[in-house]
Amino acid sequence: MLKPIFTFLAASLLLVGTASAETVKLALIDPLTGPMAAAGQPAFEHLKYEAKRINANGGLNGQDLEIVGLDNKVNPQESLVQLQKAIDDGVRYVTQGNGSSVASALISAIEKHNQRNPGEEVLYLNYAAVDPAFTNERCSYWHFRFDANADMKMNALTDHIAANDDIKKVYLINQDYSFGQAVSKAAREMLKEKRPDIEIVGNDFHPLAKVKDFTPYVSKIQSSGADAVITGNWGQDVTLLVKAAAEFGLEAPFFTYYGASSGVVTQLGDKGVDRIYQINEYYGEFEDPEMAKRQTELYEQAEWDFYYLRLSTMLDMLKKSADQAKSTDPVDVAKAMEGMKLETTTGEVVMRAEDHQIQLPMFISVMKDDMEYGAEGTDYNFKKVARIDREAVSLPTTCRMRRPK
Amino acid sequence: MLEIVIFSTLNGILYGLLLFMLSSGLTLIFSMMGVLNFAHASFYMLGAYFAYTMGMEIGFWPALLLAPILVGGLGAMVEKFGLRRVHDNGHVAELLFTFGLAYVIDELVQLIWGTVAVSYREPDYMREPLFTLFGTDYSIFRGVVILIAVFMFIALWFLLKKTRVGMMIRAALTHGNMVGHLGHNVPRLFMGVFGFGCALAGLAGVIGGPLLATEPGMAVTLGPIVFVVVVVGGMGSLIGAFYASLLIGLIQTFFVAIDASIADILNAFGMNVDPYGEVTGITLASLAPMTPFILLVLILIFRPRGLMGELEP
Repeated sequence: MLKPIFTFLAASLLLVGTASAETVKLALIDPLTGPMAAAGQPAFEHLKYEAKRINANGGLNGQDLEIVGLDNKVNPQESLVQLQKAIDDGVRYVTQGNGSSVASALISAIEKHNQRNPGEEVLYLNYAAVDPAFTNERCSYWHFRFDANADMKMNALTDHIAANDDIKKVYLINQDYSFGQAVSKAAREMLKEKRPDIEIVGNDFHPLAKVKDFTPYVSKIQSSGADAVITGNWGQDVTLLVKAAAEFGLEAPFFTYYGASSGVVTQLGDKGVDRIYQINEYYGEFEDPEMAKRQTELYEQAEWDFYYLRLSTMLDMLKKSADQAKSTDPVDVAKAMEGMKLETTTGEVVMRAEDHQIQLPMFISVMKDDMEYGAEGTDYNFKKVARIDREAVSLPTTCRMRRPK
Repeated sequence: MLEIVIFSTLNGILYGLLLFMLSSGLTLIFSMMGVLNFAHASFYMLGAYFAYTMGMEIGFWPALLLAPILVGGLGAMVEKFGLRRVHDNGHVAELLFTFGLAYVIDELVQLIWGTVAVSYREPDYMREPLFTLFGTDYSIFRGVVILIAVFMFIALWFLLKKTRVGMMIRAALTHGNMVGHLGHNVPRLFMGVFGFGCALAGLAGVIGGPLLATEPGMAVTLGPIVFVVVVVGGMGSLIGAFYASLLIGLIQTFFVAIDASIADILNAFGMNVDPYGEVTGITLASLAPMTPFILLVLILIFRPRGLMGELEP
């Protein structure tokens, strides 16, 4: 009586076994529920969409790429549990982006895992956690970063602000954790060097993903007489901040890291036009027909905009490395990825071997109306204001990497 | 400085009134039925989502009226078919029931409306400034919210103090059995109060949704603060809840607005501490989200019955 059930179970186990041998799994450990889900969900959809393109072009060295979503609620402890779960399921590639607090925990855990389990190494592809430490004093061989770090972005942003003589007073508001502190520190140091006459009229930190009502902060900014606001806020923290600012008629422009985060355009409407700036590796014009196609398709399929060019770059580099190494083993792939060059729609990008920090051109863009490809189904999107070349964005590193023998 | 004081006061009052709308229902339910409704903030969330969905079809104002009624009806159903049966098994069972209910509602909301925030906004004409002071706009919507809250407070007071139903409710608060023996239908009264309390939470959701953010986490973030309001105000005291809400609203906004660290304050009192120390360097602004809970601890230590509470817990 039980025998058929057992044979069925055994057969299905076998099936699972063969399936996992054929596909390469990439686990996304990010907030997929909760207040920060608006940051994790689009990345998940994006990856799934791009994985289809990679697989249609032959996959990773002939093997199909499969994206697995694991919800961490932006919590480092939860992320470690999910990482262990992924490793137990045979996942050898992990990606994460939202929250440097999470990234920090993952780097340590993966470093330890790889030391203790030779032959089962895990590679960590970081697409958005931009605490500069990860490619400087805390750099790890198993970590590759595909986004410009907070200092590189601030370098580009402060160049732009320094060139604008109308800006005399700057207000800083950031999330109270390693990333927000890094943004604030970089802004103060770089502005002091580039434009000593600029006065920092405020330097606020608020808890991550806890503030629902930004109006008290906005009144503070208003009364400080700031000409510009710099914020590294992401997810709901940037949406609610700029929403409150627009509601109270704050005139000062916002120089943001993540002003094009989902929800901003819908919440602000015309109050955000010419007021919200963003520093990012891409913008919302899509002059390249291939990118325009991806924007249209992704929006049709998943109702998310093509925001993460870096996720496409990441998967393209992963494919190129695997094809070059003729292997999907993380050890071989990591070796091939070091120093790799890739031609993207914005120009050539390089994965610097020294610290595993990608070197890429960056763009400052500003929210505009009547754009050809509107974000979130509106007519608003981010229009290019300035391009900063790869060499100008680049910063030296203090990383002394310990490479496996 | 003056502008900070004025706008912080306005914002604090607005936030406080929103808290009061939420906590008035909770404290009413608690004082009447002895049920600490853990799912109360979930009804607040439902109010926001209902208004969002209805608002797209019938506009903001009808939704403002209908969404709380729907939430209230749902609350009444929960009382009649759920809570009433659980009631026989004592308070722990009731507590667990509402606790579970909160989870169920959270999950349902995520299933129906998705895990990310929906774009629930006030109508465009209400985003215009009501007045502009020191270059800062104060939107019509915020004015309307304050009006609605004040109107609700007066209506609630009138209902409880001046009507026959209010008299019954007040009697049932202290002498539930006696009211029953006098021939009033106390279970129906309970159902009404529970539904009404939920409707108030729903109303708070309708106006809190556009003000804050309409997302599945909104119940979890506001839930604990509402309990703080009820405890600080005194279990079951409506006036206490009112004072506590305003107090917490104002303290929280002013803490953000004041640019000082713990050391600055201590030094102002003549102490000599390091202004950049680990603890003393913490700014009041970063303490702001913690203030309701600090207040909760202080109240429980020094005045366990709360500001206006009559009963020792």
